[in-house]
Amino acid sequence: MAEPSGAPEIYLDHAASTPLRPAARDAWLAAAQRHHANPTGSHLAAREARRALDEARGRAACALGADPGEIVFTSGGSEADNMAVRGALGLRGSGTVAVTTAAEHHAVHDPVERSGGVFVAVDERGIVDLEALADVLDARNGDVAVVSVIAVNNETGSITPLPEVARVVRDLAPGALLHTDAVQAVNWIDVATETAGYDLVSVTGHKVGSPVGTGVLVARDGVELDPLIVGGGQERGRRAGTPDVAGAASFAAALVETAEQRDGSVERLRVLRDALIDGLTDRLGDRVLVSSARANGDRGHIAAGIANVCITGVQSEALLFLMDAAGVRASAASSCSSGAQDPSHVLAAMGVPREVALGSLRLSLGHTTVASDVERAVEVISASVERLDRFEGG
Amino acid sequence: MGGANSPSRVLVAMSGGVDSSVAAALLLEAGYDIAGVTMKLWGGPSDTGCCSVSDVDDARWVADQLGIEHHVFNFGDDFERHVVEPYVADHAAGRTPNPCVECNRHIKFRRLAHRADALGFELLATGHHARIVTTDGGVRIGRGVDPAKDQSYVLHMLDAPVLDRLLLPVGEMTKDEVRRQAEARGLVTAAKPDSQDVCFITASAGRRKFLSERIGMRSGRVVDTAGQQVGTVDALELVTVGQRRGLGAIGDGSPRYVLDVDATSATVVVGDRAALDVSVTPLEDWRWASRPIAGPLGVQTSAHGAAAPATVDVDGTAVQWSEPRRAVAPGQSVVAYAGDIVVGGGIAARPVHR
Repeated sequence: MAEPSGAPEIYLDHAASTPLRPAARDAWLAAAQRHHANPTGSHLAAREARRALDEARGRAACALGADPGEIVFTSGGSEADNMAVRGALGLRGSGTVAVTTAAEHHAVHDPVERSGGVFVAVDERGIVDLEALADVLDARNGDVAVVSVIAVNNETGSITPLPEVARVVRDLAPGALLHTDAVQAVNWIDVATETAGYDLVSVTGHKVGSPVGTGVLVARDGVELDPLIVGGGQERGRRAGTPDVAGAASFAAALVETAEQRDGSVERLRVLRDALIDGLTDRLGDRVLVSSARANGDRGHIAAGIANVCITGVQSEALLFLMDAAGVRASAASSCSSGAQDPSHVLAAMGVPREVALGSLRLSLGHTTVASDVERAVEVISASVERLDRFEGG
Repeated sequence: MGGANSPSRVLVAMSGGVDSSVAAALLLEAGYDIAGVTMKLWGGPSDTGCCSVSDVDDARWVADQLGIEHHVFNFGDDFERHVVEPYVADHAAGRTPNPCVECNRHIKFRRLAHRADALGFELLATGHHARIVTTDGGVRIGRGVDPAKDQSYVLHMLDAPVLDRLLLPVGEMTKDEVRRQAEARGLVTAAKPDSQDVCFITASAGRRKFLSERIGMRSGRVVDTAGQQVGTVDALELVTVGQRRGLGAIGDGSPRYVLDVDATSATVVVGDRAALDVSVTPLEDWRWASRPIAGPLGVQTSAHGAAAPATVDVDGTAVQWSEPRRAVAPGQSVVAYAGDIVVGGGIAARPVHR
């Protein structure tokens, strides 16, 4: 396979998927080698697999501030999000709606859209407008099946004040289930505390350093959902399919380590993230806009490791090509299946003009990021922009 | 980028079809440093083998087979502005445009070429069936080897700055040979059917639905050459000069042909077959490849048509047909050939009527 160049990799796409943590790798290998049996069986090997699964469930529960019985293992964040929205709608039946924000990940946005749900505006920081939310809930008059808000936005890093949202929802839509997509949040906020008032919480392994393919929906005790996948009745009938013991063990290990290290890494990565944005601004000037801090530059609401910037006058597609050739891996908004870059619906919802959004870059830092990565990235991005300037934006 | 002795970098436009797949394979084997790109141009429904996710997948799969990098560029905004909007505006004005010509002019050989520059690719390649020919007067587009697949008509506007950096490897081959080459290499696109027609118009919904979602369809009067009303049409925007079908039952039942569409007065003029024949077709936006040619040429007025003998006024204002022929719908590209070489091109204008 031809490589664009032999440049060493600077990986700034942790929000898309973050490298495997050694602890998660070790836990996966140990469980995969030890537990060949199906954990739903009754013989000794099955019971041992079952025990490993339960142990993983317990560790995950602890890290997420849940009881073990509230942990439903899924194939990932998209399944957990779909299960929350569709599962709530399925059980409440026709005549009920899902309510979410205009800046959600597609795994929430699309099931809500397909069900004819309601989208609440976000402000220019990308955070749900609480008054607009209150108006919607008031107007719907008790027919809301589920309210879903993203905890940390996957594109911009904007942090939702989850307890404030919960107060509004409990007050105005007491019958609705409350869900948060916390897939990006685990690295940046204390999910156990912040999501305590939520019925449903989605998380996934590959954002915290375990392999792609394992996620969790926290479904609080007593919360009923129509299952997406039915069959053998696994996960207490909430999600059929042979449980992935190694995936669960690995995910639990990654979650625990992420939670233990969080305070330190948030502090460390915030410094690097700010150095990245400030370095780009030094080189390129005020054409570098922090997407969710356009008004006053305040970054207090943005997750520590995420820098979503729009660089006016260039197209991110061309910029990313040159960055990639120089070894810097990043993305324009969220990852996209076709590979083509479409302007982000999140940036549009925040009021970023389309021509500005076409120059958006999501630079996301993570557990392997070091200071020299940021210095190199500033150099590569600036040089790439300067090259594109000579070709009027490419 | 690259040292003095490193191979030229070539960006190959890969649609996911067999022609561009073979083009990429041949260039790689010829020693070029190549990367493939699929352009995402149209986000709406399509069924003609263009821009769909499965076409992107096919192109990526071939790139993987060849061991080259593959990228996707989204030029949807440019496509909308330079191809779709003018297409709609032309129909609204009673004209019959060639959107593929405009796509080549504005997207493939301007926007993509510009992107290739910015990203450090010296050369550009596509899977078109046409040849780049060096003549005494400079470099020109010529017909591809396979007359049934020749695409020089839709590339007629390419001039030296583009042609000097363009590679069209399958223009030297028949379509059968292209498929044999694809099969010989086991490329997944070897047996894929050819794409046809306008990529953003689906066969099921058609032009009418597409246009009616963007502009209002106006009804029009149908009159004979004496100005006598003989019927009506419900969508003037869909009527094309030369058209015989879809006008309803009119007159005495003998075949009637559309002779003119006047969008301003919402009038369609019809007449018999003989009235459709013209000896002159007025032109607009004519450009000679180099010096004007006063002598006999072959002139082609549709993508799959043949050239007819004619001369083109040296000032590019009209084609003089050697034999009377059916009128050319205004908006169609008109391309002049000397032998197999494109020597000029422009757009058919609406004749000044009576």
